[in-house]
Amino acid sequence: MSGAVADTWVDMRQVTVRYGRVQALDQVTLRITPGERVALVGANGSGKSTLLRVLHGLADASGGGFQCHGDMRQAMLFQRPHMLRTSAQNNVALALWLRGTRWRDARTAALAALQRVGLQDIAAQNARTLSGGQQQRVALARAWALRPDVLLLDEPTASLDPHAKREVEALMADFATSYGSAGPAHPVTMVFSSHNLGQVKRLASRVIYMEHGRVMADLPVHDFFNGPLPEAARLFVKGEMV
Amino acid sequence: MSTLSESASTALQLTLSSDPVLWAIVGRSLSVSAAACVIACGVGLVLGAWLGVARFAGRGAVLAVLNTFLAVPSVVVGLVVYLLLSRSGPLGSLGWLFSVKAMVLAQAILVLPVVTALTRQAVEDAEHAHGEQLRSMGAGPLLRSLLLAWDERYALLTVLIASFGRAISEVGAVMIVGGNIDGFTRVMTTAIALETSKGDLPLALALGIILLTVVLALNVLIALVRRWRERVDGSASSTPVGVAA
Repeated sequence: MSGAVADTWVDMRQVTVRYGRVQALDQVTLRITPGERVALVGANGSGKSTLLRVLHGLADASGGGFQCHGDMRQAMLFQRPHMLRTSAQNNVALALWLRGTRWRDARTAALAALQRVGLQDIAAQNARTLSGGQQQRVALARAWALRPDVLLLDEPTASLDPHAKREVEALMADFATSYGSAGPAHPVTMVFSSHNLGQVKRLASRVIYMEHGRVMADLPVHDFFNGPLPEAARLFVKGEMV
Repeated sequence: MSTLSESASTALQLTLSSDPVLWAIVGRSLSVSAAACVIACGVGLVLGAWLGVARFAGRGAVLAVLNTFLAVPSVVVGLVVYLLLSRSGPLGSLGWLFSVKAMVLAQAILVLPVVTALTRQAVEDAEHAHGEQLRSMGAGPLLRSLLLAWDERYALLTVLIASFGRAISEVGAVMIVGGNIDGFTRVMTTAIALETSKGDLPLALALGIILLTVVLALNVLIALVRRWRERVDGSASSTPVGVAA
């Protein structure tokens, strides 16, 4: 995970990940440039989460080459937001504290981040007692506070009710137009997995369709929904759209 | 039957009286077990939390040994501590044998695997649930273990209470290393054993009633902590623990 590649955040070549007998990723080759909004789609077990975990450094590749722009700050959201048994404000502040910010400053910045997701009024509330949608918004605030250049999201709205889903999606859209630590000229790079093709249409600039750990289609969003697709991807889209 | 009822009646009178001998034994029991728990928890919480997060070669063997120590009879612990502290033993120069310090050491060794194993389980469960999130935020194994132990503080509080119950209700180890010396190393459990063998059932029964009351109080405390925790964050303890006399 070293060695900057010009105009590229990540460059994966033939990356393979195995969990025992399971081939989670099978010779995945892809390149993501800064500012892209990449959606990963595919059935459960197709390798979307593993790919996100490899991109974030939470899983190691068992084969292949992987170069990542080391200077770009990352944050990741999970399907089920993990909150510690403390206030929403402390949960956000903890992320900053772990990156070296003084606790007092971290709490101040955390409050500002919670304000951005509309949760400043419940900043002092135990995060575990919040609803799923509110917890995901706290998780977004936690990511926001870090001012990441890259945001990775693993099915962030999958377990939410329709109202919470809309709220989180709106915040994701807002996030996608913001910028990270690199400054206003560098919008956030966003990679997210989703089963919601409507959401993919609204948020993504590029769609990667995965099956059995392999990339079967990698197209701009317009081409993915309007152009010819490999048979498996076509059936997937058709099944999801019906 | 009449012996039992007479003994129970005298025991109750003793319990309610301010008999200095009885209450000195109770006080010694509580202080020895509290000191042992402080030591065992100081080590066991950190070690258990670390084992809950750390992954290393031989971890499975370490856990197997740890779980085996959960079932070690207290007399065996007493025997080992006796051998360590006896004049010819490696720690004989300390001169702790037949002292309160030896009893604290024996109880601490007895309770340490309980605290470590239960803490390890609680933190490992938390690691499965939250570890990846903390890793993604940049927390290394040590910091993660401490954060997760802190996050599981209510579950660990019940572990501490349970370990105190284990220590105070133990008899074999403190009998061997303390010697049950009147006014010096006699505690509730050793006094019960002695008074029963002497036929002084009222005093033995009075001590038994007090011991049971202490254990009952600990169990009530565990239940209250659990209920309080459920009210605070709407989740129950993942580590069911209780205290047995």
